[in-house]
Amino acid sequence: MENFVFAFLNADIVREAWPILWQGFLYTLALSAITVPLGLAGGVLLALLATSGPRAVRLAAAGWTDLFRAIPPLVLLVFLYAGLPFAGIDTGAWGAVAIGFFLNTGAYYGEVLRAGIESVPRGQMEAARSTGLSRGQALAHVVLPQAVRNVLPDLVSNTLEVVKLTSIASVVALPELLFQARQAQNATYNATPIVAAAVAYFLLLWPLVRVISRLENKALAGR
Amino acid sequence: MGGLDNFLFSFFNLKVMATYLPQIAQGLGLTVLLALLIVVSGLALGLLLALLRSLAIRPLNWLIIFTVDLFRALPPLVIIVLLFFGLPAAGLSISGFAATWLSLTLVLAAFAEEIFWAGITAVPKGQWEAARSTGLGFAQTLGHVVLPQALRITIPPLTNRTIAITKGTALASVVGVSEILGAAQSAMSFSANPSPLTLGAIAYLILFIPVVALGRWIETRFAWKR
Repeated sequence: MENFVFAFLNADIVREAWPILWQGFLYTLALSAITVPLGLAGGVLLALLATSGPRAVRLAAAGWTDLFRAIPPLVLLVFLYAGLPFAGIDTGAWGAVAIGFFLNTGAYYGEVLRAGIESVPRGQMEAARSTGLSRGQALAHVVLPQAVRNVLPDLVSNTLEVVKLTSIASVVALPELLFQARQAQNATYNATPIVAAAVAYFLLLWPLVRVISRLENKALAGR
Repeated sequence: MGGLDNFLFSFFNLKVMATYLPQIAQGLGLTVLLALLIVVSGLALGLLLALLRSLAIRPLNWLIIFTVDLFRALPPLVIIVLLFFGLPAAGLSISGFAATWLSLTLVLAAFAEEIFWAGITAVPKGQWEAARSTGLGFAQTLGHVVLPQALRITIPPLTNRTIAITKGTALASVVGVSEILGAAQSAMSFSANPSPLTLGAIAYLILFIPVVALGRWIETRFAWKR
């Protein structure tokens, strides 16, 4: 028991590692603040192309979505970070993460939003257009708000997944929470920093998990 | 060398690809094995937890809900790293393969429990009451009446979640498992050429495009009636 506390719940180690863990935590927040909007932007673009473009564009958007849903995000990230420099394109860790998340989470958000847009009856668009709204106005003010409401649980749950996914940035040495915890673990020969990182992730994301669980139960029960 | 030649030499170098094809193929086998193990054990554990929860034993349910929340909130890579690098400090060594299997099993079980449970609660109470009134026991009602209806509506969300989590097998490369990504990365360092990585990406596409398409088909087949 004493050994367990020393190896996993060591208060001295937490105190020692606190500054870099805190810095890692802030990096994780910053990463999330960048990757979530990037993914959403990509998703809206894909969903619009997949639902309202000409047939060829719609097929291309669906193919693009499936492509980036089939490649594991870590594979994409390693390719961008370690592969592209061979072609003389060096994006750096931040660049690789930004591009990778835009492609990967954009595809996931796109798929969710596409389902949302398709769930809005066609008559809504027609009615909006007949009142004199332009296509863009009708989309922005009539169709998208309803689409987002219909798939809200999936959107929120996807956002949780994106925040969790920022932990793979540790693989390309971006100093976010997991990376800093690994550094601290290596320096102290003690697993406590990783436990501390896990606790931090849990405290950050638990409220979101509760909200999602409630939204999902309501959605499934209301079928 | 022109730009295109340089690009082809770097990313589609057939000679390098041919050399490392066997390693990547081996990695593919390992990825499939790991994914199948995770799917079977994760779904089984998730169903078991949902069934335990339907017994309505208060303290047990709190424990289940907390555990499920925990594994939904933690990034899978954090769990893998904790098991792989942390357990040795407690005198328990665990292989990278086992750490990934165990971690992703727990993550999938957590998501699956939530989905199974939501499915069970979505079956109207009258179904329980009607079945019990015909003389069926609790377990018989659950097994023959409630679960068949519950499982049907859980299929689309469950399929998508399962696909997303099995792609997490790539995380095993971080703890030294030579699955597709791990094999491709070491081949890339040996050959100083990223073509093995292209080959790895192709392997993932071969593996997952049919699965993603299947998920899409299932989603429309069991579509929500709004």
